[in-house]
Amino acid sequence: MIYLDNAATSWPKPPQVLKAMTDVLERAGGNPGRSGHRLSVAAARVMYDTREAISQFFGISDPLRVIFTGNATHAINLVLRGILKPGDHVVTTSIEHNAVMRPLRSLEKQDIRLSLVHCAPDGSLDVKDLARVVNSGTRLVVVTHASNVVGTMLPIDEIGAIAHEVGALLMVDAAQTAGVIPISVSAMGIDLLAFTGHKELQGPPGIGGLIISDNVDVSQVEPLMRGGTGSRSESEEQPDDLPDKFESGTANLAGIAGLGAGLKWIADKGIDAIRDHLKKLNQTLIEGLSTLPNVKIYGTLDPERSVAIVSFTVTGKSVSEIGLRLDEDYGVLSRVGLHCAPAAHRTIGSFPEGTVRLAPGAFTTVSDIQEAIQAISKVVRS
Amino acid sequence: MTQYGVVLFHTTSSVMRAEKLLMKEVYSIKLIPTPRQFSSDCGIALRFDWNCCEQVKSMLDESRVEFDAIHFLGG
Repeated sequence: MIYLDNAATSWPKPPQVLKAMTDVLERAGGNPGRSGHRLSVAAARVMYDTREAISQFFGISDPLRVIFTGNATHAINLVLRGILKPGDHVVTTSIEHNAVMRPLRSLEKQDIRLSLVHCAPDGSLDVKDLARVVNSGTRLVVVTHASNVVGTMLPIDEIGAIAHEVGALLMVDAAQTAGVIPISVSAMGIDLLAFTGHKELQGPPGIGGLIISDNVDVSQVEPLMRGGTGSRSESEEQPDDLPDKFESGTANLAGIAGLGAGLKWIADKGIDAIRDHLKKLNQTLIEGLSTLPNVKIYGTLDPERSVAIVSFTVTGKSVSEIGLRLDEDYGVLSRVGLHCAPAAHRTIGSFPEGTVRLAPGAFTTVSDIQEAIQAISKVVRS
Repeated sequence: MTQYGVVLFHTTSSVMRAEKLLMKEVYSIKLIPTPRQFSSDCGIALRFDWNCCEQVKSMLDESRVEFDAIHFLGG
């Protein structure tokens, strides 16, 4: 079996991740922050150590500005629902995932003004187009770091400079880049970073987070949920302390431990080595697909400007048929259709049919890619 | 007999931060359930050797670890 659906979730997970998850439940299975006994304290330590590791990984000095969430969607909703008020202007791009588009379309009905900056058919963004739509009423600019459909990366530092010039905040959806592209929130001018643990950060599903930079006044951010935090229990009001303000309810301790082990695995391998490996796989994939008849490949076709996500269509064949043949006849696992990103497919010209998406991961080998290309070649010619 | 003090915090994350910071420098650091006489909170507090009180306070201040209060706990 050749798993090329790592943009949906990475698989397999490093064995250390699975071990960390069972270990924490066996040896530190208390509820972090709720009690003073040894199992609760041990759980709180695991949680804090992971929080600290995440803060270092994303280049911020204060671990308390790392908020654990269920996934990137949760983090994005926290920000959009927590910051935007009626009358505010928000800017995003035409290659966003529905994790961004759906909450924004919903907020539009509550008098939030939304501007969509159009990207080129290869997914790239001309920042001059962005500069034209931001204004003094813009509260937030929300962009993906890399398209989940074609892998194209957006110029985050330039986008941040434009947002900050008008006093807006920048939120980046790093679902497809965290763990593959080095990210420094402080150096790149990111105010809010939403990430998920279960993709290239190598963690399990159900854990993600939000990084809130020092530039953000947290008193101006409303929590998405309110409830028990283990702190200030005498009060029936939500505490203002970080991270508790945004972390009500019992945490996903096993997920947090798994994510911590994933970060360590990445540190041991070296993120640059992982990136180089994926660039090579991306290049092999693009070159291999380019030789096949009737195949159209989307995106920049440049591994330097994208993460390892390749979308293609075949003239005269439906994407679902290709996906099914690849899975059933050759054991090549892809994802076909619209990838929760209708706006992105409109932008690249593949709406409503969608594409076949191939996304290698850190465990994919060059021979996996060569084998997959042979399988696609047979399916295309059949 | 060692006399102890206790630092109370608003959040568990701050307790964890303080423990990591103080562990290498201050003797007799131990996390304990927050004593009822000081707070109705359900969290964890940090117990330390009362002789290190000034050091504890200055280290927490220097690293800007937020805490609620420091109390004398006794032996």
